[in-house]
Amino acid sequence: MRRYFKSLRRFWGTAVASQLEYQLNVVIELVAVGLSLLGSLFMLSLFFGPGRALGGWSWHEALIVQGFYTVLDGMASTWLRPNLSSIVTHVREGTLDFVLLKPIDSQFWLSLRTISPAGLPEIALGLLLVIWGGHQAGASLSPGGIAVVLLMLLAGGLILYSLWFLIAATSIWFVKTWNATEVLRAVLASGRYPVAAYPAPLRLLFTLVIPVAFLTTVPAEVVLGRASTPMLWLGLGLAVGFFVAARQFWFYALRHYTSASS
Amino acid sequence: MIEVESLSKIYRVADKQPGLGGTLQHFMRRRHRDVCAVSNVSFTIARGEMVGFLGANGAGKTTTLKMLCGLIYPSAGQVVVAGHQPQKRHPDFLRRITLVMGQKQQLLWDLPPMDSLRVNAAVYGISDRDAKRRISELSDLLELGEELTRPVRKLSLGQRMKAELLAALLHQPDVLFLDEPTLGLDVNAQARVRKFLADYNQRTGATVLLTSHYMADITALCPRVLLIHQGNLFHDGPLDRLASRLAPERHVRLELAAPVGAEAFAGLGRLDSCCDCEVNLRVQPDELTAVVAQLLDRFEVRDLEVNDPPIDQLIGELFRQGKV
Ligand SMILES: Nc1ncnc2c1ncn2[C@@H]1O[C@H](COP(=O)(O)OP(=O)(O)O)[C@@H](O)[C@H]1O
Ligand SMILES: [Mg+2]
Repeated sequence: MRRYFKSLRRFWGTAVASQLEYQLNVVIELVAVGLSLLGSLFMLSLFFGPGRALGGWSWHEALIVQGFYTVLDGMASTWLRPNLSSIVTHVREGTLDFVLLKPIDSQFWLSLRTISPAGLPEIALGLLLVIWGGHQAGASLSPGGIAVVLLMLLAGGLILYSLWFLIAATSIWFVKTWNATEVLRAVLASGRYPVAAYPAPLRLLFTLVIPVAFLTTVPAEVVLGRASTPMLWLGLGLAVGFFVAARQFWFYALRHYTSASS
Repeated sequence: MIEVESLSKIYRVADKQPGLGGTLQHFMRRRHRDVCAVSNVSFTIARGEMVGFLGANGAGKTTTLKMLCGLIYPSAGQVVVAGHQPQKRHPDFLRRITLVMGQKQQLLWDLPPMDSLRVNAAVYGISDRDAKRRISELSDLLELGEELTRPVRKLSLGQRMKAELLAALLHQPDVLFLDEPTLGLDVNAQARVRKFLADYNQRTGATVLLTSHYMADITALCPRVLLIHQGNLFHDGPLDRLASRLAPERHVRLELAAPVGAEAFAGLGRLDSCCDCEVNLRVQPDELTAVVAQLLDRFEVRDLEVNDPPIDQLIGELFRQGKV
């Protein structure tokens, strides 16, 4: 276990160092994050403009959902996207061989090997949006409530991660054709609005098939104190289920790995 | 240390036309073709041996090495390396082996090798003190110094390969699999890598299995050679017995000051080609000095080069002549 912690420290230390080699990129990414958030807030205001409500969600309440979306999107840029794209590269270039020969869990290495700090401000921004929206919507949370919010956020993050890892694992078979990042982004983007804002069939899809509802809407409901306990348990169950499925699928994929020919 | 018994690997490859049409067609009616990369190979390697693995391109060398280190599952047969079944990739097994590939690199492109080394040290659970000591020992042997703190992309191919070796040996493995470790290096760098490997084997008693495109690597390092052709093992034994079968002729390339007719080279080895001023001859080793002396004597020679024929060509020829 100590070995894993130390490895993680070294992973992220080297990742940050290598990104500082390209300082301009960091600045560009920060600007891009700011602009994309402004864009989403504008879109949101079209649907949920002050005084208007959609699917029972007011403007401030919808802001909380947008905040959670921003947090998850920030996690995706910090951590999911850079690692995801490197899995595909590893498979294509055959360097996955080196990962598999290390005496460390390959899923651990591939999921956490790198980090892109440019996404961290987005996470902070998202949290601020959640706090501000919650405050304006009149939510008041006890420490226990905050713990539940964080737990559900964690569950949402785990679901997103597991989905992402499942998709990435298929690159063992479809090395060239698969642009997994785009799929991931599309799935996540639908979590920008409360699920109640979607027509019923989509609502069902987002709750049961692709559990987008648990990524953003459910944590927001917890903040507003209107989440139902069964939904919380369902969210946690799904998070664990997806994680186990992703891990099993990875082991299955590895049995089919033939290693790039050289 | 390494026991291989009737090892085979069959790759199943999709028979697919390129393009979207081909993909759809393939989706509707899957067609597969089996490629037998390794078939029924058996051998045993003792602790501390240095064994050369020879074969033309596509003979199955890389596939065999990958099965030995557990990257791919054998289709049939048994492998035991250092008391483990490689395909289980048990951490205890992984700590004892290493794989170096001339075509692939594990060092991160944008970072100095030192950063990748520190990551490896953490992953293998090597303490900071031990890691530091081992890095300084190995970098002395490899003649690496400040290169370790320069981004990998700014290193020459030779320096990069030496850093790769360092990264691969940091955890003190006792079984080394080397897949064309000298690929693309210039002659000096090749010689240095070769010398390092020989020293390392002497010092640590590590077992080494090495493939190479260059005959010189094998002659310099490996008393024992495995020759593989189209997935089958054809020779397992001392190098000299194979070398006399394999490389009886040397290639002599001449550049003359003026064109000379082909007849002029009668009795001077076997004429490969003779066009204008460039002449290629093949000469038996025992006649080499005499032939070269005569050539220099009879013609006005601008340039003269003597080479071992490339290993692929030799082996190809060997099989064409039906000697194995
Ligand atoms: N991942 C793979 N999928 C399908 N066929 C492969 C793969 N890797 C190698 N082969 C085939 O297996 C044979 C042996 O390849 P390889 O072991 O790489 O040969 P060598 O290393 O001796 O050049 C070749 O015919 C090659 O095309
Ligand atoms: Mg090869």
